[in-house]
Amino acid sequence: MAFDEMRDGDLAAATYAEIEAWLARTPLERLRQKSAEAELLFRRLGITFAVYGEGGDPERLIPFDIIPRIIAASEWRALSAGLEQRVRALNAFLADVYNERRILKAGIIPQALVLENEAYQPHMVGFRPPGGIYTHISGIDMVRTGADDFFVLEDNCRTPSGVSYMLENREAMLRLFPRLCARHRLAPVNRYPEHLLATLKSVAPERAGPNPNVVILTPGSFNSAYYEHCFLADEMGVEVVEGADLFVENDVVFMRTTAGPKRVDVIYRRIDDDFLDPECFRPDSLVGLPGVMRAYKAGNVTLANAPGAGIADDKAIYPYVPDMVRFYLEEEPRLANVPTYLCEREGDRAEVLANLEKLVVKLARGSGGYGMMIGPHADADMRAEFARRIQDKPSDYIAQPTLALSTVPTLAEGGIAPRHVDLRPFILFGRQEITMVPGGLTRVALREGSLVVNSSQGGGTKDTWVLEEASPQPAPAQSQGGG
Amino acid sequence: MLSSTAECLFWLGRYTERAANIARGLGVASRMASLSASLGGDGAEWRALLIASGGEAAFSEKYPAITQEAVVDWLVRDEDNPSGIVTCFDAARRNGRAVRTALTVDMWSALNDSWNRLRKLDLSQIEGEALPEFLDWVRERVLLFNGAAHDTMLRGEAWRFVELGTALERADNSARLLDVRHGMLAVGETAEYAQWQAILASASAGRAYQWVYRDRLEPRRIAELLILRPELPRSLVACFGLVSEILEAIATEQGGRRGECHRMAGQLHATLRYARIEDIFAEGLHLFLTRKIETAAALGAAIEGFYIRA
Repeated sequence: MAFDEMRDGDLAAATYAEIEAWLARTPLERLRQKSAEAELLFRRLGITFAVYGEGGDPERLIPFDIIPRIIAASEWRALSAGLEQRVRALNAFLADVYNERRILKAGIIPQALVLENEAYQPHMVGFRPPGGIYTHISGIDMVRTGADDFFVLEDNCRTPSGVSYMLENREAMLRLFPRLCARHRLAPVNRYPEHLLATLKSVAPERAGPNPNVVILTPGSFNSAYYEHCFLADEMGVEVVEGADLFVENDVVFMRTTAGPKRVDVIYRRIDDDFLDPECFRPDSLVGLPGVMRAYKAGNVTLANAPGAGIADDKAIYPYVPDMVRFYLEEEPRLANVPTYLCEREGDRAEVLANLEKLVVKLARGSGGYGMMIGPHADADMRAEFARRIQDKPSDYIAQPTLALSTVPTLAEGGIAPRHVDLRPFILFGRQEITMVPGGLTRVALREGSLVVNSSQGGGTKDTWVLEEASPQPAPAQSQGGG
Repeated sequence: MLSSTAECLFWLGRYTERAANIARGLGVASRMASLSASLGGDGAEWRALLIASGGEAAFSEKYPAITQEAVVDWLVRDEDNPSGIVTCFDAARRNGRAVRTALTVDMWSALNDSWNRLRKLDLSQIEGEALPEFLDWVRERVLLFNGAAHDTMLRGEAWRFVELGTALERADNSARLLDVRHGMLAVGETAEYAQWQAILASASAGRAYQWVYRDRLEPRRIAELLILRPELPRSLVACFGLVSEILEAIATEQGGRRGECHRMAGQLHATLRYARIEDIFAEGLHLFLTRKIETAAALGAAIEGFYIRA
């Protein structure tokens, strides 16, 4: 049985007390009605993600579950300390592998695993970005299997998305259930855009002065996260631009405006490395900006995240993150990894092939839940297929034990039922500080028994409530003695 | 503001306005057609509307004859017609979506709800009795959008580019509507009263005529009202006056940065402002209007050249 966050553990009774009472007294039809209201709200605001090439409505809603997922103050305190530590280590790793390569020389990570990795960016060798920061925005995917058992499932150091859902989900909950929200001490999340802007401004080139021109670079309205790009730009009061809105002259980036060209200082790019600059990467990219890498290396513009940051979140590098923490920070890792087999290691491979029915097999360089196999849910044919693929291209695959992801009550077809969840907190790494808003995006696998939470695979989202510490002052008299 | 944003806002203004103008024109034409077979029975109304919408050539390639069904089909739902109601809404929403953050929530809702509703509608059912209701709905949706823009939008550059598109499209539309019917207004021509009413109705100006002239309909006054009276919001002088005013406001905000489009708009407005209807008729109404339509197109290109494709 999976750990249920409302039923199991010492803290659950206290954190979920109000939710449990609310679910007990609210008729199912009422919940369904609220759920329909939520959908209408998201549809009206145009909060959709684009799915092309699969037929049907190209502008879809990510299903939103109205029952919140709650994290106690003490749990978040431990998690956030671990997240900060992990992001510091990942960033130190990036600075190291593109410069001194100490961790490789010390033999802690096999050299070939890094230097021959597709995600390793030769254009970044010897270049130090402003403040030495590579991973300005990261999303660390966490799963839980027990009261105190949190694991990092994967790191996202390139262009992690989903933060707009975190913000909009809270907005929806405050509108739909103002009283339920008021009965909890919810740690607010709405300052994220402000923190993001401060983070981006902090890494602007010196000459930009106190008010650097920050833009978000999007691949365009056909990108699945386009809504988020616009949402964040709007919240920060900056422009969202496409490659065609920008041009590079004398290694300086300008944007075309109605008042003539305007210099750009920081680009929060939501375009993958490959498409960023046709001069350096894929020459056939139509969404990038030719010459932006020259401008970047000349120190005239800052890119966030840094090109080549993807080597830090590569699934083959992932097993070494705890070692990075020890190596760079000289601390013990606060967050645990899921034990991982690298199929390219012979011993690991034999182990994986012998235990396919128990393991989750993933592409080392995949995302979005595509190209994976969950052993216990796969049939013999599928397992045979994956065994063949692993033997064919062992370095393409990793495997992990199938974790019993924790469950949270969810409004399902047959009523309220436990569904598996994960959590993606967003961590901002600026020149002066690391900031994160409490919580993150909770993704939920809506199908019964499913462990896949990706929105492209039938997953939904929930609002994530981190409860603030009880205030040190005594509670006002009228709320004592029952209530 | 990003040039590409200005472009989307400008075309958002143009396409919403165009959808409403097509609906207005269709409404009047179908009313005329049902009023009297002798007036509209030969397809003159439909032909006039087709020419005014600027798509006669493309229409003839697809449809064998100018009939009510064919014109309604073309102007309402044909996806090959860039000035059809459905395509205008589509294009307006696409432009709006691309600059979603420059719009207010109310504007976006007006736009997005219209589009969602239109998508779910069985378009083949829009004919006969259902047509007027649909056309009213289209006009109402655009009025709602314009109202939302007017009531909620910050008076900055974004607002000005939407307004600019709306004003320019409206000017173009007024000139075209009048031009296709110039024959009915020519001196010595004895057109029917109903046709004069139709001209006014297609500019939503029937009541306005009475307020301004307090007299029976006369061709010259109709032309004067629609071309030269600044108090009528759809008159040429009012629309070009607004275009010029908006361009000046943008220039002032940009510290006096001006180009050819400012000169053209100012000149166009001035010539209309000091024009006399007698002179226009002496020159020839058709010639006069044709020149204005051409100038409006050139002005649009100059605006795009200066602010968008510079």
